Formats: sequence, structure tokens, C-alpha cells
Amino acid sequence: MDSLIPFTTSGSLVDCVDRKMLVVLRDGRKLFGVLRSYDQFANLVLEDTVERIYHQDVFAEQWVGLFLIRGENVVLLGEIDLDREDEVPLKQVEWDVLLPYHKLDTDMKKRREEFKAQVLHEQKGFSKEGGEGDGY
Amino acid sequence: MLIFSVFKTLTDQTVIVELKNDLLITGVLKSVDQFLNIRLDNIQVSDEARHPHMIAVKNCFIRGSVVRYVQIPADAVDTQLLEDATRREALNQTKR
Repeated sequence: MDSLIPFTTSGSLVDCVDRKMLVVLRDGRKLFGVLRSYDQFANLVLEDTVERIYHQDVFAEQWVGLFLIRGENVVLLGEIDLDREDEVPLKQVEWDVLLPYHKLDTDMKKRREEFKAQVLHEQKGFSKEGGEGDGY
Repeated sequence: MLIFSVFKTLTDQTVIVELKNDLLITGVLKSVDQFLNIRLDNIQVSDEARHPHMIAVKNCFIRGSVVRYVQIPADAVDTQLLEDATRREALNQTKR
């Protein structure tokens, strides 16, 4: 596709620059950082990024620094409402405490997806590989 | 380009976007582009407990490639008109 097409929606990201944003990636990671740059493919630059993990009503975060994210991996870019953020009814705990729980969650999800893919393949005639390829 | 035009006529309507990770987001459609990237304002996520990271988000940009469905208000689309436009575009393409 023509790569020199003028921006429209990705162009409207201009008012999100220098704001605190949430980026959800296709592998399920949630990154919170300040959006510094972007282009029409939704390639993004995030500064002062922290990664957050969640388990039920607790979360933990870890500082991960500067990110240049290739657009194809972006699921969603959300603008954080700073007022609402203070009222979020979640409790923060240490990263190392929550990590095992988070790993359990992701492993379970992965197993479920694999099982689903297997059933779809064996009983419903779906192709074996890929599917949507977006089991994030 | 036809569907892109359809979406452009839907701006300022409330739509429900379902992503391939089963996240359902209701919001006001603010803009779309040629990749069908979507900008939603004033969003509401169904089953917030399962997606706690979305609680503090008010507006969002969704990459077109991760969208599974967009639910749109039925009366916002003239299907007859769309049908005609589809035929016209198909005709134009075969001429070329």
C-alpha cells in the first residue's frame, strides 16, 4: 500500500503526544508511558515506560524505560484519565510477589487457547496453524 | 475504500468494537482512516473486572488489524444504498 498517504486517524494521535498513555501489545503486555512520537503505521515511541501486570484486583509494575514499538504489535493505545487513575480500586504490590500469579494466569490462558485451537482443528475443520494469530 | 466511506459516515455514532482478544469496547466513533484504525471517545469496557488496565482509559486508538467486529446502529446504514454503491464500485473495477 502507498506509504505516503496522509495521516488521518493516526494523525489525530497528535494530541496524545507528551501524555501518559497505555499501550496494549499483541502478546498481552500492558505498557504505561509518555508518548513521544508516532507515525502512520502506529509505530510508537514511549518514554519512561513501566510494564504492569494484573491479577484479580491487584497489580504490580516494573520500570522498563524507553520503547520504540513496531506498529504491527500494537493492539490499542489508550489515553489515561489522570483523575480517574487515582480512583482505580486496585492495590499495588511488589513485582516479584505478583509475577508467579501472573505467570500462572498467562500459562492457563495459553493452554486454553491451545486446547481451543486443537478442538477447532480436529472437530471443526479449521486450519491447524495460525487461525487469527492474535491470541493475545 | 467503500467500507472506509461507510465508517466515515458513522462518526459521532456510538459503536461497539470487538477486538480479536475478545475485549469489547463501547464508545463514540471519532475518526477512522484507510487502515480502518479507529479512534473512540468516552469508552466503556464490558467486563472491566477482566480487563482492569482499561479502567482509567477514557479515549483510545485501536489499530485496524486487531478489530474483529464493529457493531453499528442499524438505522445508521442505508443497506440499499450500500448495495448499489458496491455494484457500482465492482463495475468500475472491471472496467479498469
